[in-house]
Order: sequence, then C-alpha cells, then structure tokens
Amino acid sequence: MIACNSNKQGDSSEDQLPGAMSESNGSSNVKINGAGSTFDYPIFSKWFDNYYKTTGVQINYASIGSGGGIQQITSGTVDFGATDAPMTEEQMNAFKDKQETEVLHIPIIIGGVAVTYNLPSAGQGLKLDGPTLADIFMGKIKKWNDARIASLNPDKTLPAKPILVAHRSDGSGTTFIFTDYLSKVSGAWANSIGSSTSVKWPVGLGGKGSEGVAGLISQTEGAIGYVELSYAIHNKLSYAELKNEKGNFIEANFKTVTQSAASAVGNMPEDLRVMITNAEGENAYPISAFSWVVVPKDIKGQKKAEALVKFLKWAVTDGQDDAESLYYAPLPEEVQRLDLVKIDLITSNGNNINVQ
Amino acid sequence: MKLKHKKRNLRKRKITNVIMLSFSFFAAIVTIIPLALIFYYTISKGIANLNIDFFTKMPTPVGEPGGGMANAIVGTILLILIGGAIGIPLGILSGLYISEFGNNRFGDVVRFLTDVLSGVPSIVVGVVAYTLIVIPMGHFSAFAGGGALAILMIPTITRTTESMINLVPSSYREAGLALGIPKWKTTLAIVLKTAWKGIATGILLGLARAAGETAPLLFTALGNRFWSVNVFQPIASLTVYIYQYATAPFKDWNDQAWTAALVLILMISVLSLFFRFITRSKYKV
Amino acid sequence: MSNNPTGSLTTDTSFESVKSLINGKVKRKKEPSPFTKKILGHKNIGDLIFERLTLLFAALVVLLVVVMGWEMYVHSRLSIKEFGFQFLVSTEWDPYAEHFGALPMIFGTIVSSILALLIAVPLGIGVAVFLSELSPLWLERPLSFLTELLAGIPSIIYGLWGIFVLVPWLRDDVEPFLQKAFPGVPLFEGTPYGFGMLAAAIILSIMILPIISSISRDVLRSVPQAQREAAYGLGATKWEVTRIVLGNAKSGLLGATMLGLGRAIGETMAVTMVIGNRPEISASLLDPAYTMASVVANEFTEATSMLYLSALIELALVLFIITIIVNVLARLLVWSTEEKRG
Repeated sequence: MIACNSNKQGDSSEDQLPGAMSESNGSSNVKINGAGSTFDYPIFSKWFDNYYKTTGVQINYASIGSGGGIQQITSGTVDFGATDAPMTEEQMNAFKDKQETEVLHIPIIIGGVAVTYNLPSAGQGLKLDGPTLADIFMGKIKKWNDARIASLNPDKTLPAKPILVAHRSDGSGTTFIFTDYLSKVSGAWANSIGSSTSVKWPVGLGGKGSEGVAGLISQTEGAIGYVELSYAIHNKLSYAELKNEKGNFIEANFKTVTQSAASAVGNMPEDLRVMITNAEGENAYPISAFSWVVVPKDIKGQKKAEALVKFLKWAVTDGQDDAESLYYAPLPEEVQRLDLVKIDLITSNGNNINVQ
Repeated sequence: MKLKHKKRNLRKRKITNVIMLSFSFFAAIVTIIPLALIFYYTISKGIANLNIDFFTKMPTPVGEPGGGMANAIVGTILLILIGGAIGIPLGILSGLYISEFGNNRFGDVVRFLTDVLSGVPSIVVGVVAYTLIVIPMGHFSAFAGGGALAILMIPTITRTTESMINLVPSSYREAGLALGIPKWKTTLAIVLKTAWKGIATGILLGLARAAGETAPLLFTALGNRFWSVNVFQPIASLTVYIYQYATAPFKDWNDQAWTAALVLILMISVLSLFFRFITRSKYKV
Repeated sequence: MSNNPTGSLTTDTSFESVKSLINGKVKRKKEPSPFTKKILGHKNIGDLIFERLTLLFAALVVLLVVVMGWEMYVHSRLSIKEFGFQFLVSTEWDPYAEHFGALPMIFGTIVSSILALLIAVPLGIGVAVFLSELSPLWLERPLSFLTELLAGIPSIIYGLWGIFVLVPWLRDDVEPFLQKAFPGVPLFEGTPYGFGMLAAAIILSIMILPIISSISRDVLRSVPQAQREAAYGLGATKWEVTRIVLGNAKSGLLGATMLGLGRAIGETMAVTMVIGNRPEISASLLDPAYTMASVVANEFTEATSMLYLSALIELALVLFIITIIVNVLARLLVWSTEEKRG
C-alpha cells in the first residue's frame, strides 16, 4: 500500500537527517515549540535550522498569526510566542493569571510596511505624506490625479484613474502597524477608525494575507495598499516614499527601517513594548515596527529554559546578520543591548540561568 | 386526429430526449474544463521541483536550494491514517445504524445532525478539536490533528453509507433472511458487500477532503520543521506547508508550495486508484 | 411482501404495498425508540450486539455535534449578552470600536452558497447521469477518476488559481461582457474587479461539484437494472427512463446535494481569497462580499479581546444554526413532495 512505500523512503531519509550526522549533540533531547507572527516565520526558519545544526536543539514554530501566538503562550501549549503587536494590558493580565508569572517582550527583528501601488505611468517612488495617505484610505481622495497627490509629485504623470484601496481582510500585525501610523498622522483617522489588528475600513477590498493584498494590487491597475516590505520587493511592486517627522521623503529599505528603531531608543519604556512608527530620526522610515518574542519570565523546565535563553541571546546578536538577505531590518546595537538585559531576567523555577 | 396527436407527442418526447441527453454530455464537458485548467496550472508550476529530493530530504531554510518535504509527506499520510482510523468506523457504523435500525426519531436525529456537521467550517472544527484534545493534553499533537480530520470525514462517510445501503434492494435482505442467516450477518455479508463500491467512494471523498484541509491542522497538529512520526507530538503536513510557503515573499518557497500541491494530488490519485482496485467487480456487469 | 426493519417478514400483499414496491418506495411503520426496545425483541445475540454497537457509534456522532454546539454557545455567551439581537441585523463590523453586526456576512454566506448550488447541482447530476447512464466504459472510468481527484485539491490551491486565473478572466472578459449584454440590470452593476460574489460562487461550485457528481453517480448506479428494463419495455425514451431512475434515487441525490451545500456553507480558504472581503450587502454579483466562515478564519487568530473572540464564536454559532435551518427546510421540502406523490 502507499503507506508502505512512503515509509521506506521515510526510513532512508532518516539516514540523511542533519541531526543524525552532526557531531554536536549537546542537549539534543530538548524540543521547544513556538507559535505566532507570520511575519517572523522566514527568519525564524533560518535561525532554527542553523541552531539545530550547531546545537541539536529542535525549535519548532507555527506561523498562525500574532494573536494565535499570544493565545497559545497564554494557555501554555507553546514555550514562546511571536507577535507584531505588543500584548495589551488585558492580555498580559490574562497571562499572569493563567501562567502565574509575568510575560516578557523581547524585540527580535524589525520590519517595514511599504505602501505599494499599481500605476505604471508613475513608476517607483511616488511621494506621499501621512495626512494624504490617511485621506486616500478613508476614501476622501478618490482619483490619482487629485491635487494633493499631484502637488507632492510635480515630476510624475498621474492619470485620472480611480484609486482602489486594498487592505488586509485577516487580522494582522501589519494592519496594526499601518493603522497605528495613520492614527498618529491623522486625527480624523484616530477618531473614526483607530488602530488595531483588524479595523472597519471605510473603502476598499480585503485581501487575505500580505500575499492576497499583493495579488490584488498586482492584478488591478490603480490599486494602492500596504504590505510588508518583503512582499513589495518579492512581487516587484512599486512602493511610495513617505514623508517622515523631519520632513524628508524616505524610501523604505533596511537602513531607513533600522533608523526608526535607533532614533526611538531614547524613549523606550522599561518593558520594551513600544511602537516606533513615525519616529524622529533624520532618515527614519515612518512605518516601521518591532516584532517581539514573548516568553514567560519563569520557565519551568531547566533544560528548556537554558536552551531558549541561549537561543534568544544568539538571535538578537549574531542572528541579526541573517536579517537583510531575508528582507528584514536588523536591530540596532542599542536595542540589542537592551534585549540582552531583558533576557537575563528569565529564570527557571526561580533560579537564574547561566549560559554563555 | 388522435394519430396525429400521438405522432406529435412522440416527436416531442424524442426531442426532449435529445436535449436532455446533450445537456448531460455538456455537463460532463463543463466539469472537465476547470479541472483541466487547475491541473494544468498546478502541474506547470510544480513540476520544476518534483524530484526524488522532494520525497526524501527535509526542508531547508529560505534561500538554500534543494531540500524537500519528506516530513510533510509522511505527516500528511500519518494524519490521514489517524483520521481514517477514527472517522471511517464511526462513519460506516453510524451509517449502518441509520439505514438498518434508524426508522425512528433517534435515527432522524442522527441523520439530521450529520448533515449539520457537514456544514461546520473547517476552522471551527479545528478550534473544537483544540478545546477537546489539545487543551487536556497540554500540547499539540498529530493525534489532535487526526481527530479534527476525522470530524470532517464523518458526515460524508455516514451519509454515503446510509444512501448506498438504502439502495440495496430489499429482496437481497429477504433472500438472506429466508436462508436463515441472522440479520447482522445478512447486513454485513450481503448488504454491505453490495453497497461497498459506493461506500468506498464516500470514504475516498472524505479522505481526499481531509487531506486537503489546512485550517483545522493549524490548531491541532501545529506543524513541525523536523522529522517526526510521533503521534503525540506536533507533526508537519503538506497543506500547512503549502499555506505557509505559498503566501511567503520568497520565490523558492512559492515554487515548493506548488510542488507540494502536485504531490498531494498525486497521493490522492494513488489512493483513488487503490480504492478502485479493491472495489472492482470480479464479474462483468 | 414489504420489508419490516426488524427483519421479520410480513405478508401484507395489499395493492398499496405492491404499488409502493414498484415505485421503489417502501412503506415503513415508525418504530419505538431504540432505548425502549426490549432486549428480547431480538432473535439472537449477534443481532443484539450488532444493533447496540452501531447505536453506540451513531450516538457518539450525535454527542460530538451536541458538544460542538455547546462549546460554541458557551464561548459566545459574552457576545450574546453584549449585543443581543442586534448582532443579527446590524451591518457594522468594527473590531476596533467593538461593534459587531453579522448581517452582511449572513447575506454573503447564504447567497454564495445558493449560487454555488444553482450551478453545481444541475451540472453535478448531469455529469452523474452521463457517467452512469450514457457513457461508454472506456470513458467513464477516467472521467470518474478525474472528478474524484478534484475533491482532493487543497482549498488554498483553488484560492490561488482563483486569484491568478479566474479573477483576471472575470475582470477582463466575463464581467464587462455581462455588463454590455444586460445594461442596467442591478445584478451586474458596479466596477468589474474580478474579485467579488461571482468569483466566490464559481469557485465554490467547482469545489462542491465532485461531491455531488460522485455520490450521485453511485446512487444512480445502484438503482436496480430492472427498473430501467421495465420502463424501456413500456416504450420510454432514454431520457424518460433516466427520469424514472432519478426519481428512484431522489433521497440519495438529496443527500449528495446536502453534503455539497454543507461544504459550500463552511468553505473558508478559497472563498476568502476571491470574494473581496467587504462586509457589505449588495445586489450586484460583481461587488465584493464577505462570508461568516471567512470572517472567522480571517480574524480568529488575531482577535485581541475576549469580546472580539466571543463575537467570532457567536458568528460560528449563527452559521451552525443557519445550517440547521437549511437542513430543516430541505427535509420539509422532500417530505412535502413525497406526500404529493403518495
């Protein structure tokens, strides 16, 4: 039967597993499970594979969404979560009630949200500012050749096409980041729509996932939407240059996104839960945000705690080297230092953890 | 005049005959078109990576070429086996109950609730399985995933079993009983055997649908980047990988997603052929 | 002679029972509930075990559904308390302000499912008729095999195919054509995006076709050959014979349709990728819409508050109840037609 055939091949593949062949076997019985943000999945997969090859520790991750990650870490079915939106007070209290310890937020990587559009005549780098963007997404600006867009882009030809707004239909950290930015730059937006992983969009079509939105935009001329920077690059979509706090029009890339974090370091709160949208740096890209790993402050299993702590320390320092090739922005030095301090707070059954 | 009327009537009947039969032929063609299109699309996108590595190697990180989905292939098979082990007996036996003993209010209730069950969205099934299996166990597992898949299969298998058994002519049952064979043996040896081919279709459809589901597995089997055949640990599956890879901004992952879809379809084909083989009639009809 | 469910034969040879036998319908007396039947009602132990065993499994299925319904109810209590009846009639779905109204989604689910059935049932039964009555063997086998294969395609693949093949075709060819051919008809108004109700209905119909056609095909095949021969003997055309066969198989065909409907109502992934996900009610097929299953799938993992989560589960509960209502209506429909035939 089929099962027999596959088992045969399965057996032979066991011989080819990296784990079976690697020399290091350290704590190879430790299995760690995590869940959460889909945004983090690509770099996590790279990190976990590398980590497994060097230490034999299996870290497994399921990208079911930030909210899913928070739900799972609160109910204790996974060892760590990952989220693009910091946990709310309500969620943190629920965690404390259930798990009897606090939850720590550890910024793990930074991402940028690109404003992408499909307008062949305009090419790459359409200039937009916050209020104009908010009005487009509120449906107040309806055509591409509207005076406000034209005045920002004297050098571009803008057709009289209607603007089709594309947004996320599923709840997402990306939406959270984008609406957080819009709320900061537009009072009207903050009052009527607000910021959340899912909002009531006044206009537009909803696409499922960043892939869905990117698909919507690439299929529809005149569309505009927001996606993670990686999707804009991967799908070869044009994306806008946004005017930041300092008045400069900034293109989204790894440097400008990291800049956002660097310039926000001064104001970071104790628990590291902060939105760095609309940051003040000279070259900061305004729609940037951290993604956090959320872990319990006290982890029951000693071996697990050690493995997790060791991994986190590695990820926030050496692991950042992998960021750019996968379209993420690395954590600036200052944030890495703050992270290491935070990671040192993790205990196991009340005992401190001593790992290199 | 009566003859003319009869002739006209005959003409009308003949025309209706041709029209309706053409329609059914047309229906067959129209059904094939999207099928062919989807196959063509999947094959054209997935064939590039379809090599022996795909079946034998583990997934590699983004950007590293090669690698495969050996863990996911085995994972999907294991999940279907677990789901089938739970769902098929439940489905067939409840279908048997309804058709043989269900001519009462309770039977109506079972029939009714089975239909209702078939309308529950797969994500809700996943969440229910999460509450019923994952939470008490304290962690995700292949067992929970199989459980969720079983719930999805049951309505199809139950309904098909009931329909097929009802269609077995009562003369078959009566013949068995007349020979002194007890009812349970008559049902199993004669009735079930007669209806077997149709029931097998129901099972196949149930398994095929379960194999193609993603949402329920996200909350139950979770997924696993490593090799695992442990029923009580999270396990990888083709559909979850397809879901994660197809929606990622990396071309090599997108390509692998299509190849995984192709492999899934191939697996269903093999399953279908297998069912056809075991239900083939030994005599020419 | 008629069939008595407990296996003993009766000698009712009245005209009525003979007529109903020919029609393929068997008159059955309603039995007492299995729980009140005495153990001694059975002639041997094997029968007893058999009945009890199958009863157990059937009861397990019932238990499963009841538990599901109960779980959903318990978790939606918070939302029910907060919104009450408003939940069903309000058209506002605002997660930020925490106002949840499900009417557009109820509309979307019902309309998309009905449209899908309208397309898939005639086609599915048509294919079934072709495969079981008309097609030569060399064609029937591969065709059946291919249709069954359609059932195994993951819904996300349907979704992706929908986005990259179906939607552009609708947007560029079909929808403008419909607008030109039927100007002013509200069904086809609006900007053709490709995404929208029409795309969802088409994708759903493709997805439920295999279920309906495969099961119907088997149901039709199971009708005894004698029925067909009798009709031919009376001078019927092939189509008229088929009609009789279809009549015999009616309840099986209904079963296939109900399964197809169930799948359509609950389908999430493929639908949400092409329907546009806009919680609005519109008369036009070209406009975007939203279904209950899509909302749950989209927002469940990201629901940030207890009330939000509860509202989503209430949505699932409403879907559950609608499935129940639809099933009740379908049954009433079948009973009433059987009465007329009587």
